[in-house]
Amino acid sequence: MQQFPCPFCGLRDEREFHFSGEAGNIRPDTTQPVSDADWRDYLYTHENPKGVSREIWVHTTCQEYFMMERDTVTMAVIGTQQMRRDTA
Amino acid sequence: MTGCRVEQGGLIDRTRALSFSFDGMTYQGFEGDTIASALLAAGVRIFGRSFKYHRPRGLWGAWFDDPNAIVNIRLGGIDYPNCQAATTCLTEGMQVRAVNAWPDACRDVKGVLDLAHRFLPAGFYYKMFMWPDWHLFEPTIRKMAGFGILSPDVQDGFQSAILHDHCDTLVIGGGVAGLTAARAAAEAGRSVLLVDDHPAPGGSLYCNQHGNDSQLWVKAQIAAIRTAGGRILCNTTAVGVYDHQFVSVATDRGMGHAPIVRKLRPARIILATGAIDRPVTFANNDRPGVMSLGAATEFLGRYGVLAGQEIVVLSNRPETYTAIEDLRAAGAAVTRFDPTSAATAIGGRVVKAIRLDGRTYACDTILTSAGLTPLIHLWRHAGGKLEWDNGRQTFVPADGPDWMRVVGAANGTFSQEVAMTEARHAALDQPAPTRGVYHLPPSLADPTASGRQWIDLQHDVTLKDVALAHRENMVSVEHLKRYTTLGMAGDQGKTSNISGLSAMAHLKGETIPETGTTTFRPPFVPIPLEAYRGARRDRQMAPLKRLTLEPEHRALDAALGEYGGWLRPAWYGGDGERAAVERECRMAREAAAIMDASALGAIEVIGPDARTFVNFIYYNTMSNLKSGRIRYGFMLTEAGLVFDDGVLACINDNRFVISCSSSHADAVMAHLEHWRQDRFDPMRVHIHDITQNWSTVTIAGPKAKAIVAGLGVLDSLDDFPHMSLRLCTFEGAPARVARVSFTGDTSFEVSVQNISASALWNKAVAIGAPLGAGPVGAEALTVLRAEKGYILAGKDTDGETMPHDLGFAAPRLRKTAAFVGDRSLHSDTANRADRKSLVGLTVGPLEDPLPIGAHVVETSGSDGGVKSIGYITSSYHSPTLGQPVALALVSGGAEAMGKRVDIWHMGQTRFAAIASPCAFDPEGARIDA
Ligand SMILES: [Zn+2]
Repeated sequence: MQQFPCPFCGLRDEREFHFSGEAGNIRPDTTQPVSDADWRDYLYTHENPKGVSREIWVHTTCQEYFMMERDTVTMAVIGTQQMRRDTA
Repeated sequence: MTGCRVEQGGLIDRTRALSFSFDGMTYQGFEGDTIASALLAAGVRIFGRSFKYHRPRGLWGAWFDDPNAIVNIRLGGIDYPNCQAATTCLTEGMQVRAVNAWPDACRDVKGVLDLAHRFLPAGFYYKMFMWPDWHLFEPTIRKMAGFGILSPDVQDGFQSAILHDHCDTLVIGGGVAGLTAARAAAEAGRSVLLVDDHPAPGGSLYCNQHGNDSQLWVKAQIAAIRTAGGRILCNTTAVGVYDHQFVSVATDRGMGHAPIVRKLRPARIILATGAIDRPVTFANNDRPGVMSLGAATEFLGRYGVLAGQEIVVLSNRPETYTAIEDLRAAGAAVTRFDPTSAATAIGGRVVKAIRLDGRTYACDTILTSAGLTPLIHLWRHAGGKLEWDNGRQTFVPADGPDWMRVVGAANGTFSQEVAMTEARHAALDQPAPTRGVYHLPPSLADPTASGRQWIDLQHDVTLKDVALAHRENMVSVEHLKRYTTLGMAGDQGKTSNISGLSAMAHLKGETIPETGTTTFRPPFVPIPLEAYRGARRDRQMAPLKRLTLEPEHRALDAALGEYGGWLRPAWYGGDGERAAVERECRMAREAAAIMDASALGAIEVIGPDARTFVNFIYYNTMSNLKSGRIRYGFMLTEAGLVFDDGVLACINDNRFVISCSSSHADAVMAHLEHWRQDRFDPMRVHIHDITQNWSTVTIAGPKAKAIVAGLGVLDSLDDFPHMSLRLCTFEGAPARVARVSFTGDTSFEVSVQNISASALWNKAVAIGAPLGAGPVGAEALTVLRAEKGYILAGKDTDGETMPHDLGFAAPRLRKTAAFVGDRSLHSDTANRADRKSLVGLTVGPLEDPLPIGAHVVETSGSDGGVKSIGYITSSYHSPTLGQPVALALVSGGAEAMGKRVDIWHMGQTRFAAIASPCAFDPEGARIDA
């Protein structure tokens, strides 16, 4: 059982989190023409790196999405970061 | 004579005799015995038959490393399959049976298989039973090869407690090193938990004749650990180390009780798990009477049982001499030789002699050790690396996580003095001392030697099988394992892996480290599946959602059933499902149905960006939905597949209410939250699940308007068209009335906060009764909606369904704004002409309904073969129409109205005609009637 630090709630058990996707997988602007290949890459092509991976996760108990950097080989969590833009 | 009990020594209580039976014969043992030690003391040699060849097998080990003595136990009228005789504590009245042997372990009819061994080499099953179909052979092979017999009885109360526990330092293993480490850590002020899998700690300390001194020392350590605040759990095995220092330890509570599981995340783990003997590979080394040297000393030291009278020892590890002293002191005649592959055990069913260098030596027991193998499984679970130690002829821990230290024999430190220093250093975070010199001459298996040399005793893998794997190029350790099943038995290769690797390395002309090892995975020993489940069972795993109106439904004699996680009325009254559903359908069409729709998901979308948000979420255009209006729509996945359907109501520009399938509300909520945070400014759009705060009573049918008028929620029902919403009050409390219909009739959904639900329901039922209206359950509703061709997402759609397959093609072609799944609706797959589309199927009025799941088939090709072009998703008898109705997803179905098709189900063929999904009131006249 891994433990992840939610930027809002602190260190919690893995089972409270869901993986959402790799960071930086930007949705193409579908009001403009999008090629089959670009759409396929957006939906299905993942880097799945061996080693350091930047991912989007959601803490299901507080429902906040955040970015997590972790090592897929050692399972070490390098850090997490909230996604909210500063609204101040 | 073979095994026998010695006069004194051991941890057993000779004043407390226990009576039990093995294969029908009665035996006696003592309190503190295991089944294995008691039977060994009684002179029993044959404990079972091997898995594949039904060879007689005896005890190899004295604890979890014994691969042979697997037994079924009957105790207190309950059968326990596949128990390890060597680790099961003896209990008065146990009826023990050898597994895999019929009629018993001594006389096994299938022993004839052994004569056919030449025809059963490694890979035999893979090669032989491929043609024509493995499934033809599988039942017989499984019966022949299986171990114990499962009792079909469910055992009440067999439930594991799964606890969270805490400590700073977890010490695993209570031998010399573990006790020393635990004491040092506890006395340094750390919170310590020591776990040991035996009933009493002490490890290999009891395995010698100086037992009294050892027992005093062990008692002193236990007292010191407890005085310093440390805790000790006996009968407790650390079964696995998982990510982020997570450990699970299981405490055995004896026969008939599920283990207690504790989960911990200690700051440090000290592994003091010891080492076990590696077998010597020689001909007939599986004969009962061939035992590990360590097991013989453990049986003697712990249980006061001498393994044999005339003993030959094949071992050259440095500790051999002490062991021989102990065995001699207990009365055995012992001769020692170097371990060699050139030996042959003699004896048909049990060992009678050993042949070595052309000479035969009479003996009843052969004790062997090709060296000690450290138990580093948990080190590997934790990601620790191994290195080959040539002096020790085995793998020892190398680099690994800084929060785990391995000490004592598990670290290859076989000297007790060095192990104690090592343990103290580990406990106090000091650097580890050097391991010290140890010299063990290599003992290599000789594949050219005659006779069968056994490597994996539990799975009957011989040296020849390894050689065959090598010849057939299954040379990687992972291939070797799967091809020969070496190390895949219940013992997971604890004794056999190093022998198998060493044999393969020898055949390849490589060193063992070049050949590598397989992966070590939890659990370390077999544990009941119950230990993983505990309280995560039944309703505790998936709690039922309960309706506010449940007491009202019960008062009306509702049959309650689970629908999408909710306990809902299936039908009302005591006249049985069929009659009730028919009655309720007629009532709905002739007067009105009064239904509890509270389980339907209700999610509010609030904020200045709510309108653009819902327009993006829905397939259908929602940007122009006016205040007070409602629109039906689909939510899609990004792959363009139908995720859910339902209506969206606009309260005002900043406020919408999404209604979704009851079973989908949680998933829809997660879907909305994802897009809210991924694409929108979360400060400008908010979502809120109000499903459980509001109750909804739906009144649908020709008399619906009259009933709703009587509720007093609205002054007038004029100017209240279908698909619109009114905010109002019910008896002074806030209420919402929506005109939407899931039955095709005039329909009102009246929603109030839960506190007003009972008053609303009772009033509706009271007004409805004289009009012939009444409560209708979920089963009748599903018939009513099927008559209209209204889908249930997930039932009438599958993992390929897109909205245009359901007849909703317009937004795909016309909606210009971006929405979830948009681009996927224009893929080659989405554009195919032969996509499955939703259709109705009609059959004659007197026929039975078509079976749900039946295939729509067509003849294809010149050979007359048939292929499925779709299947039936919903099918009922319609009381309204007096005939069956069915919905189906059929390839090209929307273009084939009226076409006669074959329906195939379980070998039977029927005929149906493709029709519109809407079988009732196709003009929609009743919606505003
Ligand atoms: Zn959180």
